[in-house]
Amino acid sequence: MLIPHPLLGPRDAQEFTYLGDAMMIDRPDGLAEGAEAAFCDYVFQRDNPAGLHRELWFHEQGDRSWLVVTRNTVTHEILGAELARDVALARRATDTPADQGDAQ
Amino acid sequence: MRFSGFRVFKEAVTGHKGWKPLWRTPDPQPEYDIIIVGGGGHGLSTAYHLAAKFGVTRVAVLEKGWLGSGNIGRNTTIIRSNYLLPGNEHFYELSMKLWENLEQETNFNSMVSQRGIINLIHTDGQRDAYRRRGNAMMLAGAGAQLLSRDEVREMVPFLNFDNARFPIKGGLMQTRAGTARHDGVVWGYARGADMRGVDIIQNCEVTGFRIENGKVLGVETSRGYIGAKKVGVAVAGSSSRVMAQAGMRLPMESHVLQAFVSEGLKPTIPGVITFGAGHFYISQSDKGGLVFGGDLDGYNSYAQRGNLPVIEDVAEGGMALMPMIGRARLLRMWGGIMDMTMDGSPIIDKTDIDGLYFNGGWCYGGFKATPASGFCFAHLLAKDEPHEVTRQMRLDRFARGYLLDENGRGAQPNLH
Repeated sequence: MLIPHPLLGPRDAQEFTYLGDAMMIDRPDGLAEGAEAAFCDYVFQRDNPAGLHRELWFHEQGDRSWLVVTRNTVTHEILGAELARDVALARRATDTPADQGDAQ
Repeated sequence: MRFSGFRVFKEAVTGHKGWKPLWRTPDPQPEYDIIIVGGGGHGLSTAYHLAAKFGVTRVAVLEKGWLGSGNIGRNTTIIRSNYLLPGNEHFYELSMKLWENLEQETNFNSMVSQRGIINLIHTDGQRDAYRRRGNAMMLAGAGAQLLSRDEVREMVPFLNFDNARFPIKGGLMQTRAGTARHDGVVWGYARGADMRGVDIIQNCEVTGFRIENGKVLGVETSRGYIGAKKVGVAVAGSSSRVMAQAGMRLPMESHVLQAFVSEGLKPTIPGVITFGAGHFYISQSDKGGLVFGGDLDGYNSYAQRGNLPVIEDVAEGGMALMPMIGRARLLRMWGGIMDMTMDGSPIIDKTDIDGLYFNGGWCYGGFKATPASGFCFAHLLAKDEPHEVTRQMRLDRFARGYLLDENGRGAQPNLH
């Protein structure tokens, strides 16, 4: 499989280490109400879809960036890759008011 | 239909006209006591044990393809009970005992061949770990032997004992382990279940569950609605997909694992050899093909086929362990979809939905579990309480913190 790295162009998937579902970017707040259940979901529960899957790959033998790769789990077709940092920052920009308060 | 020497002789002299199909192809009835979703090894074993051991015969097995079209036809046929944790070991030892009696039980030649398994040791640390594992196995009655380097060499002299990176220092052996014929297991259980009145319905895909007030009433299928008092799901790699239809998320990812067979060779390998350090294991089938495999491809997949880098990795592992394998040609290879759980151990449990039961998360150890998985799942379905050897294989063990993590690798399914 070739992963279209946003900075380096197409790279062999062998250079990467696979982590799993990209929902792992959204780490729950450990001090919030119901944190135990939220962490149980975060650590253990997965959608595990047959079809499009957004997932985290680490470019371990390259520029050591984390990517969010969109891939079809039935055909192994890769439809795109973004820097995980960009995805996380974009999510923070549209996050809940409470988190924006923290950032200020 | 039973098989016997007399029957084979009689059919031989009468032109083999008396053989009949081994099971019926019935249309689904409107309602059953228990529906098993998934006509693979575990589903058919469950149906067989429900009928044979627990007296429940108003049972249907629904299979979306043909019998044994999933992982029971995509494994490397190894049977063993060399686990460490008590929550697993007693279960797999029960399975081993059922394997030892399988052919007498089903009157079907499953070619159970107890030729032994050797897990190779390369370091002092690994020897300590295997000694501990061997002790755990002996405590569970499974039996184990710690082999010295010379004892390993006597049994399998063709291995590369002086590999610079992973020299062989010894091995852990379970002599009762071995291989079985996967199709024979499916057909034996299917025929046994069918003879006792179980309806095996092929080409019947479950497309949804009918659930009202937290209780399951039946399943929607490609052949219409079928009612049931209880529904047991045993669909391996498709677990997340099927249980999502009941609104459940599971603690697992589906991954592809590849396996390989060489051309047929004269008897070469006495039993099963595992080379954990090199991610490689191998045995020889009764037809003579070397059957081997290695690691998962490592990314979520439902494709039933893998990619070339892992093939190369497995081949390198084989060359490192037994250089003579380089002279054999690869005949074929395939991929199966493993329901990899977050701790690498299976789940046999009730769900929060009344009447819906789940059996899955077998990772890449499902084949050896086939008899006990079916027996224990049947026990749970029939009696509404877990069999004592599956008490720790609960669905809520992740939330409660009672993981069964054999390798101690944490919640990372592709590492188990």
